[in-house]
Amino acid sequence: MATRITRRLEALKAEDRAALVTFTMAGDPNYQASLDTLKGLPGAGADIIELGMPFTDPMADGPSIQKAALRALKGQHTQQKTLEMVREFRREDQDTPIVLMGYYNPIYRYGVERFLKDASEAGIDGLIVVDLPPEHDGELCLPAARAGIDFIRLATPTTDDKRLPRVLENTSGFIYYVSVAGVTGAAAPTPESVERSITRIRAHTELPIAVGFGIRSAEQAASIGRFADAVVVGSALISCIEHADSVDAGTRAVHALVRELSEGVRHARKATA
Amino acid sequence: MSSATDTTKRFSQGPNADGFYGDFGGRFVAETLMPLILELEEAWEWSRTDEAFRRELEGYQRDYIGRATPLYYAERLTEHLGGAKIYFKREDLNHTGAHKINNCIGQILLARKMGKKRIIAETGAGMHGVATATVAARFGMECVIYMGATDIERQQPNVFRMKLLGAEVIPVESGTGTLKDAMNEALRDWVTNVDSTFYLIGTVAGPHPYPAMVRDFQSVIGRETREQMLEKEGRLPDTLMACIGGGSNAMGLFHPMLDDESVHMIGVEAAGHGIETGEHAASLNGGEPGVLHGNRTFLLQSVDGQITDAHSVSAGLDYPGIGPEHAWLHTQKRVEYVSITDSEAIEAFKLCCELEGIIPALESAHSLAHLRKIAPDLPSDHLIVLNMSGRGDKDMASVANWLEQHGDTDKLPNTTVEAAEPGRIDDMQPPHDVAKKTGETE
Ligand SMILES: Cc1ncc(COP(=O)(O)O)c(C=O)c1O
Repeated sequence: MATRITRRLEALKAEDRAALVTFTMAGDPNYQASLDTLKGLPGAGADIIELGMPFTDPMADGPSIQKAALRALKGQHTQQKTLEMVREFRREDQDTPIVLMGYYNPIYRYGVERFLKDASEAGIDGLIVVDLPPEHDGELCLPAARAGIDFIRLATPTTDDKRLPRVLENTSGFIYYVSVAGVTGAAAPTPESVERSITRIRAHTELPIAVGFGIRSAEQAASIGRFADAVVVGSALISCIEHADSVDAGTRAVHALVRELSEGVRHARKATA
Repeated sequence: MSSATDTTKRFSQGPNADGFYGDFGGRFVAETLMPLILELEEAWEWSRTDEAFRRELEGYQRDYIGRATPLYYAERLTEHLGGAKIYFKREDLNHTGAHKINNCIGQILLARKMGKKRIIAETGAGMHGVATATVAARFGMECVIYMGATDIERQQPNVFRMKLLGAEVIPVESGTGTLKDAMNEALRDWVTNVDSTFYLIGTVAGPHPYPAMVRDFQSVIGRETREQMLEKEGRLPDTLMACIGGGSNAMGLFHPMLDDESVHMIGVEAAGHGIETGEHAASLNGGEPGVLHGNRTFLLQSVDGQITDAHSVSAGLDYPGIGPEHAWLHTQKRVEYVSITDSEAIEAFKLCCELEGIIPALESAHSLAHLRKIAPDLPSDHLIVLNMSGRGDKDMASVANWLEQHGDTDKLPNTTVEAAEPGRIDDMQPPHDVAKKTGETE
């Protein structure tokens, strides 16, 4: 059976436009506000939702996402609460794919099998775990596949042609191309260089390719959405929450930026066609 | 293990091809780093068998670091404790004042071979930072050191030393501003500058091959100790002791004797204010298995898998994890792991200054404190080697601070030595003959 992720990406492909993938942190700045933010994302134009699982030591994240995780943890956020949040979301939305993203230790501590069972029941469609390269597929990737959850792997500028097949091997749903060697929030490279990399990866896989890292504006989203199957925006949304005057204002600012980004993605191919 | 089990190397043969020691170790890193880590593994494998590399390394060990370090008979401490015969492996006499440089010199030779021009490192006590800055200067490479803001505060002299050696020291404010946070930041730098940069990790932690590679470069400690003891006493030591931050000085001492089953080994973790207070750095005695900084090991963490902050008066032990090989040796019960509180370490620090004329690093003072507990009850022919991992010059401010906070001037270093507890059986034992004959090593 095709997963929600695959169904959504195929539908958008038929519309000839890229998906907008948003990243926000579960529990940031608190449980209720991040749930409100989450619930409003599809209406604002998010096609796929990535929800961060906070971790104290996010070694591949820049300052924005580090701080978001710490805000969430300060509010006593837990893995349980992240799953609960998705359960609440699913009561109203059965279609928007949700991908949990984070680091391995909180999942490992929860217990891999128990986590997959609970995640699956909560309505989670995919996982991105930064510190589990294909060398450790036995830990979570293969069990996730057995549980019907897509394990989405990151490919990076350092993933050369020799290594790509290994990275792609057990990946499902889509592949996430991290466009810069760096941490989240880093500056984006030129669309031309990203397009060259995407062409290179396409030669190895039929999977849809999402591009992320450094995309902050509607214009950037449009320029990447021209050739990528999905455009991921994270730090820019998190910054809205960080810099808002109030919790509600943060939620509104996130939704406003998502609407803009969504416009960008929708017009990407029309403008240049 | 990937290879067939070699029964003569029951404990020393790890890791397997995937970097695991039993369940522990591995390469839990972001994809960006994987290709480089595989390349590093190749370079390390090459270095293990290449004759020219070995000769060059030995040349620097001898002429630059000043090896071999002495195995010193601590006669007055032995007499004072009145039990086991105590030797110090004098890593404090290395160039830059700790064992850290053994590893740095090895890794910088690999960095050069891999064509890297920029070196980054994390540091806690600053000893690894100083050793890294030193070899970077010696080999003409750019050097950036990440150091927690709290540690910068308590290890000022080392910050100045690093700067004099031409390194840039970047303060890390996140978390508690200690070693863990410095390591996060170094990993972020590495991910960002992966093409130009060599990450010179300072302990037996991180993703494979680091734990094995650092161990290999530190194993010179144990190889020398083994030979020196055979020369001095005609037999192997009975007990080896070392303090544990990440565990590199301990692995270096232990590894060459892991398969000598008669040799008992003790790793000493930092218990900070006491394990029961939750404010400590004892990952094995107070932690649970988890994944951090590229490997699976015992970690201080919450039930939800969030890493909790370590606490220790000693910056070099203030880390919520431990090298994966130690985690394995712990579960195999090959090595005994104990813990020592801040105040016990400070008392032992003072004792060593007064009795041996050696100012130990606060890290090493932790193993001295455990030595105080066990030596009196051991017979006089029991040979203990304590790894004096570093010297305490860097710790003057920390110790003065601690003494001040704890109030009494009678606790200052140059007050009277505590008398040995009266009525101990060991007091009645005959003088240590062997000790007298072989005690002059310096
Ligand atoms: C003198 C000294 N000993 C011990 C340590 C702890 O490190 P490890 O456990 O890797 O030997 C340090 C770390 O900074 C140190 O400076």
